[in-house]
Amino acid sequence: MSDTPALPEALAEIQQDFLDLGVKDRLQLLLEFSNELPALPERYAEHPDLLEQVVECQSPVFIFVEVTEGRVHLHATAPRESPTTRGFASIIAQGLEGLTVEDALAVPDDYPQTIGLVEAVSPLRIRGMTALLGRAKRQIREKVGA
Amino acid sequence: MTVDRDPSPKFSEYAHPERLVSTGWLAEHLNDQGLVVVESDEDVLLYETGHIPGAVKLDWHTDLNDPVQRDYVSAERFAELLRERGISPDTTVVIYGDKNNWWAAYALWVFTLFGHDDVRLLDGGRATWEAEGREYTLDQPAVAAADYPVPVRDDSVVRAFKDDVLAHLGSPLIDVRSPEEYDGSRTTAPAYPEEGALRAGHIPSAQNVPWGKAAAEDGTFRSVPELDAIYRDGAGLKDGDDIIAYCRIGERSSHTWFVLHHLLGFENVRNYDGSWTEWGSAVRVPIVTGAEPGEVPLVASR
Repeated sequence: MSDTPALPEALAEIQQDFLDLGVKDRLQLLLEFSNELPALPERYAEHPDLLEQVVECQSPVFIFVEVTEGRVHLHATAPRESPTTRGFASIIAQGLEGLTVEDALAVPDDYPQTIGLVEAVSPLRIRGMTALLGRAKRQIREKVGA
Repeated sequence: MTVDRDPSPKFSEYAHPERLVSTGWLAEHLNDQGLVVVESDEDVLLYETGHIPGAVKLDWHTDLNDPVQRDYVSAERFAELLRERGISPDTTVVIYGDKNNWWAAYALWVFTLFGHDDVRLLDGGRATWEAEGREYTLDQPAVAAADYPVPVRDDSVVRAFKDDVLAHLGSPLIDVRSPEEYDGSRTTAPAYPEEGALRAGHIPSAQNVPWGKAAAEDGTFRSVPELDAIYRDGAGLKDGDDIIAYCRIGERSSHTWFVLHHLLGFENVRNYDGSWTEWGSAVRVPIVTGAEPGEVPLVASR
């Protein structure tokens, strides 16, 4: 893995935090992320039309990417009764927050498979996070015409 | 049976009333000796956000499915899982979960495969418990490990494999997926992940009865007259029928299996857990597209 570019700091830290834990504790950490998912800014809460549904996730989750002054911000919303999906969205949102477009687009597509959650939540479920990251990157490309 | 059955009048009309408990009954029996409450959800973290006091968690995917081969865990592993959760062969197990007990019914069906005797569903599941404002806790229960001898898994009574379905063609099949999956316009439930079936449609002659029809708006099971209207009048099932139910990976059809067998009393009901993810990718099995059940081919391919 030495020839792959280094992960952005926040994503690397999240990865390390998960990998430092045993499988059961990883679920607790995912729950913490779930609880940290902020509510949508009001300007989006009133505009559900701006949000894109991640249909690959088992639960209704909607995302919206902003690029302001070259920096990426991901907003996401998912219901309380879907804590796993909220956790996935929260990890991606925190991990991408404030990255340059170039750095965000360089995040490996298989990042969700590398943070020790596959065995904790199952490969099937982790696909939802992979799709979330993929859709976020596609929105970034659309926003900047890349 | 270790713990008395729930005598609620609603359940008495069902073929096997001892397979259901109400939220009120459970609240009163949480501390009963010989009773273990198990939560089984679609969302692997939901239990951690709060659960019924004393309940243990069993995840349908990470606990009940073999991590390598597409099958349920071995009998050795199943026994180990139950020991860890304080369940012994004579324990009364009450299972509940999210989404109309979708995954709770799946867990119950797997318990049945392994021959656990007294396993029941909480009517209405999490949704009803919550709607009634009943207590949740974040506390992990202190479980005393129990003894569970390695059981024998019997795949012949409630489980059907692909060859069984081929041999069954001509007898009633119930496809419990959404109309869009049934008619072939998609291979996954709306808003669900792609699970890799190569072809879309349904098994010839299968009647489409989406699984959720068996649940009322509040998540509890419908009454016998309502269920009869759906399954006997609507799908044409008759007493004595030999029935196979299927969906995408066998989870939604576990719910229908529970309804047909335990609530309506059909004796011979099997769940085809390979379901569409197997059938829709298998070579030379017959498939019908469109909203009509279609005809069974004269020579079913073997």
